[in-house]
Amino acid sequence: MIGNSNDLTRHNAFERTNHWIVAVCFVLAALSGMSLFHPFFWPLSLLFGGGVWTRIIHPFIGLLLVASFVPMFVRFRGFNRMKPADWDWIKRVWEMAQRGDDRNMPPQEKYNGAQKLIFWAACAFFLLMAFTGLAMWRAYFTFPVTLVRFAVVIHAAIGAVFIVMIILHIYAAIWVRGTINAMLYGTVSRAWAKQHHKIWYRQMTER
Amino acid sequence: MTNHWVDIKNADLVLIMGGNAAEAHPCGFKWVVEAKKHNAAKLIVVDPRFTRSASVADYYAPLRTGTDIVFLGGVINYLLSNNKIQHEYVKAYTDFTFLVNEGFSFENGLFSGYDAETGTYNRSSWNYQLGEDGYVKTDPTLQHPRCVYQLLNNHYSRYTPEMVERICGTPKEQFLKVAEMISSTAAPDRAMTIMYALGWTQHSLGTQMIRAGAMVQLLLGNIGVSGGGMNALRGHSNIQGLTDLGLMSDLLPGYLNLPGEKETDYRAYIRKRAFKPLRPNQMSYWQNYEKFHVSLMKAWFGDAAGKDNDWCFDWLPKLDKMHDVLQVFEDMFQGRMNGYLCQGFNALAAFPNKAKLGAALAGLKYLVVMDPLATETAEFWRDFGEYNEVDPAKVQTTVFRLPCGCFAEEDGALVNSGRWLQWHWKGTEPPGEAKVSTEIMARIFIRLRELYRAEGGAFPDPILNLSWPYRIPGDPSSEELAREESGKALVDLTDPMDKTRIIRKAGEQLDGFAQLRDDGTTACGCWIFSGSWTQAGNQMARRDNSDPFGNGQTLGWAWAWPANRRILYNRASARPDGTPWNSKRRSIWWNGRMWEGSDVPDFKADSNPAEGMGPFIMNPEGVARFFSVDKNADGPFPEHYEPFESPVGLNLLNSNPRAVNNPAARVFKGDREAFGQSKDFPYAATTYRLTEHFHYWTKHCRINAILQPRQFVEIDEDLAAEKGIKTGDMVKVLSNRGGIKAVAVVTKRLQPLVVNGKKVHHVGIPIHWGFKGLARKGYLTNTLTPFVGDANTQTPEFKSFLVNIERA
Amino acid sequence: MALQSLDIRHRSATTTPSPSQRRTEEVAKLIDVTTCIGCKACQAACLEWNDIRDDVGTNNGFYDNPPDLTASSWTVMRYSEIREGGGLQWLIRKDGCMHCQEPGCLKACPSPGAIIQYSNGIVDFHEEECIGCGYCITGCPFNIPRLSAKDGKVYKCTLCSDRVAVGIEPACIKACPTGALQFGTKEQMRDYARYRIADLKSRGFANAGLYDPAGVGGTHVMYVLHHADRPGLYSGLTADPGISPLVALWKGAAKSLAAGALGALVLGSFFHYVARGPIEISGEREDEQEKEGDAK
Repeated sequence: MIGNSNDLTRHNAFERTNHWIVAVCFVLAALSGMSLFHPFFWPLSLLFGGGVWTRIIHPFIGLLLVASFVPMFVRFRGFNRMKPADWDWIKRVWEMAQRGDDRNMPPQEKYNGAQKLIFWAACAFFLLMAFTGLAMWRAYFTFPVTLVRFAVVIHAAIGAVFIVMIILHIYAAIWVRGTINAMLYGTVSRAWAKQHHKIWYRQMTER
Repeated sequence: MTNHWVDIKNADLVLIMGGNAAEAHPCGFKWVVEAKKHNAAKLIVVDPRFTRSASVADYYAPLRTGTDIVFLGGVINYLLSNNKIQHEYVKAYTDFTFLVNEGFSFENGLFSGYDAETGTYNRSSWNYQLGEDGYVKTDPTLQHPRCVYQLLNNHYSRYTPEMVERICGTPKEQFLKVAEMISSTAAPDRAMTIMYALGWTQHSLGTQMIRAGAMVQLLLGNIGVSGGGMNALRGHSNIQGLTDLGLMSDLLPGYLNLPGEKETDYRAYIRKRAFKPLRPNQMSYWQNYEKFHVSLMKAWFGDAAGKDNDWCFDWLPKLDKMHDVLQVFEDMFQGRMNGYLCQGFNALAAFPNKAKLGAALAGLKYLVVMDPLATETAEFWRDFGEYNEVDPAKVQTTVFRLPCGCFAEEDGALVNSGRWLQWHWKGTEPPGEAKVSTEIMARIFIRLRELYRAEGGAFPDPILNLSWPYRIPGDPSSEELAREESGKALVDLTDPMDKTRIIRKAGEQLDGFAQLRDDGTTACGCWIFSGSWTQAGNQMARRDNSDPFGNGQTLGWAWAWPANRRILYNRASARPDGTPWNSKRRSIWWNGRMWEGSDVPDFKADSNPAEGMGPFIMNPEGVARFFSVDKNADGPFPEHYEPFESPVGLNLLNSNPRAVNNPAARVFKGDREAFGQSKDFPYAATTYRLTEHFHYWTKHCRINAILQPRQFVEIDEDLAAEKGIKTGDMVKVLSNRGGIKAVAVVTKRLQPLVVNGKKVHHVGIPIHWGFKGLARKGYLTNTLTPFVGDANTQTPEFKSFLVNIERA
Repeated sequence: MALQSLDIRHRSATTTPSPSQRRTEEVAKLIDVTTCIGCKACQAACLEWNDIRDDVGTNNGFYDNPPDLTASSWTVMRYSEIREGGGLQWLIRKDGCMHCQEPGCLKACPSPGAIIQYSNGIVDFHEEECIGCGYCITGCPFNIPRLSAKDGKVYKCTLCSDRVAVGIEPACIKACPTGALQFGTKEQMRDYARYRIADLKSRGFANAGLYDPAGVGGTHVMYVLHHADRPGLYSGLTADPGISPLVALWKGAAKSLAAGALGALVLGSFFHYVARGPIEISGEREDEQEKEGDAK
């Protein structure tokens, strides 16, 4: 696409595609999972062709989701090492949300503290969801019932927390103008980078 | 059964021995549960195996298979020596006081009169001392050394608790506990019922085991009373009907019997069977034998039977010997037969020593099998690999299979163990080309009759003159046959007391056997069934279950032979003076004018107790016999002999090599050689049924196959450990006649018994598998069993033989 | 097999009341193991009435056959041999759905109406609504439901809800030859059990008792046991069953709270956006960047 030539490249096409595969899978897994999670969400199963199809599809979406996250993990883990500045940033998130402004926040690398936390949480959650999901996949596996009972609780609880986290992730992207472009088109404006990820901005511009 | 299924609920104590009612008669077993629930009854099970019956018993005692007479003899000894008998009962209602012939003796395992050459007894000395008047001499004081009581006491004094433990392997305290529980029913107000089945009959001394049980019951006064009795649990739904109708080689319907080959004189034949009373004022009901016999001949041969031709006596076969199934297969095996008609009988599976049976069948020219199922017998010639290794090319037998309907596809009556004839209605028609058995038999008969008519033949008379009055000759209806068995008047019958009164017009159905005549004016196909279809209609179809006395006699439900009596010998339920022993369970009583009660009196209805008629009206003595005179082939008192294949190999009760096994049992040449020895086959084996299956039928039924799909054998944990067998392993079980392979079920329900100081293990072998059907293929269990039967009935010894076992 | 539709007490995955205008008396099956002879007539009757057929299996060294409950065997007999103090006991227990007053299966089921509890206490699976997730298996304290490999549905004893709905006893009761299986109102069955227990105590079974576990609110299938103090002797009958705390946690208030929290979060985010607006890049910084860019 035609953009401002001064814009900084934040994500390349592969990364963006990868992210959106994961995102779509996540949404599908979340919607199908939620339909089984509480009767309130049961109508969501209609999106998947009814309860039986929801039950059949959900684990496969889950598998795809976890599998497609693997390249993301490989690619992004280096950018997500937690540093003291990240923790400082996280401590002041509430203040930022209240003020509706991040200009007083500590300078951040390519990803801010919250993004890094989300990354690591997602890694952990995917692992847990995969294992607990397999344990409760009765069409193919039979495990001791106590194990399954632990698995269902963990799967449901992590699922809920994960969805909360992803809602925050999405909201953050909407809230911070220009962020969605980073994942849609791969670029951000220099001003965006300077304001939100000063350290990364410096790294990018000083080269 | 002397009593009937429902009456079992009246028992105070139930002894299941020689049977496993819960396993093989689960529906009838409900009455045991009723007795336990509502009558506070206790249940004792004595069996080599801890059975399904034992699982709900109050007390279980093990014993070695085939040693029941020792156990029961021990009980008899216990009752006599502890004075736990019902004195008034035994004195009045049994032969206790009768004096026995001086010539009778028992020494070192043999009764007097044994002929070692033929292996049979000359029974002439087994009799009573008769007085001048022709009656048996008695000693009411019971002191005379030749009175039955003294002989009995003497005979069973050898059966001590220690001897029981040594031979049966039953720990002494367990035996004594059982004996003590049993002895509690010597009280007149307590009754014990004995339930037995093939666990007693299928031994080389089966008849005597049953007699021993009956003797225990007599000592306790438990025969004839409600909640008591000797109750044979019949193994098929209509096997009682089979015996009642005389489907044995030596019987005619209604327990009449065929003449022997020397009995060519009709009068002598009748005289020998119409027993005269042996004591004063006794009924000796068999005095009426000729009435039953003539009525039978009139039913069979109609107008052809007349006084002038002795009612066709000459047409009856004259027996040279028993032609029981073992004898027939022996003849077949020896090549003395060329055809065999096998109806509703899976001989290859159901009789011992399959190898011999298969070889016998292969020697036939033709075999006709009438059966609803594709039986092993019908396919004996086909190769089923390890399960039936045969080279069909070498078998020249032509097999005809005539598919027939099953019981649910025909109307008719089934006679249950309690002698009830219960009419049933067919649920559906036989499938495809199948026909009900009567139609098949009728059509074969008509074709044969045509052949005899056209070609003559050696002896056509009985065939050509057989009465065949059925509306559709090729398909006699069950109703017509049932009416014929019940009997009808051939002329107007007048009351013998009042010749002007007609009691039944010509052609009408009779009310009962009391109306049968020996002058050819009545016809009756089975005298004991007489009254089952009266002029009022089909009595067997009655379904009135009202129970006015609350004791389950329900006289309006179906019809019981004889004369709708529910408990045989019920006169014995009352004291000699006619008042019931037990006022809470009254059966019949004398009301000052006649006998009445909750049951039909098995007695002369107007015989005042003061006349002293005994309750056992079929016996010329009027009383029950401990000493069975010459009625049994193997002795007047039950005596223990080892099974023909015994893990002990010697009889601890005697030192006579001729008396290790039943000396009067028939063993064919070649079969004795096929017996195994304990050194090669050290384990006692026994065969039995399981609840999940019925014989060799239900393996053809999917649900039964699901519930018990595969052949197995049971062994105790000790033996399993010794042999390195784990439950679920495949094992080989071998006898001297062949081997089978099956899954091992290692169980605590079998336990090694210490017999004469030596450990004896049992191998339990359920029967139900074969090479046909829906269940997993298996071996016919009778590959293993020995070809020898009970000395009296020739029922094969399926319950006790020897095997070895090893991992397959 | 919804012959009943007016007398539903609970319906799976349904948060509103079910049709419950009609109230029926609570029923119960009483299994008196002390008079059970393990004949398997109940198993056969179950196969026949429900017209299901399991596979012809094998023998694994035990009487138990089929060896376990399956989607086509809704009841099986379990045999255990116990030797205590010299005496042997062959304890035979008919296993199958206990029809809990508080059914763990129903609690766990995510599919509306796939599991129904009628007001008479019968817990019934409606397989046409079953999605095959197997959550009921996870929820069941007695390990009863079985997932069919053939159709991906879960099956178990219906207590012959179809027969009971028209006033006749379950097929197994009808077939039981000894009267070890009884059926009636729960009250009648309790009375009958008391009568049986008194008899057993008179025979020396001091610990005879009724198995009607409170942990699941009582059951509509109850046992009379000789050793009510040790239900485990009967092929591992659960001594004190209850819906697992994990299942309670999984399907309890936490779920509603979580669902609410999700909704609140979405709403909260929206209102945050409305109230605080998006973070825009400030105009001065944009200009600054423009300049820098031009400079280069």
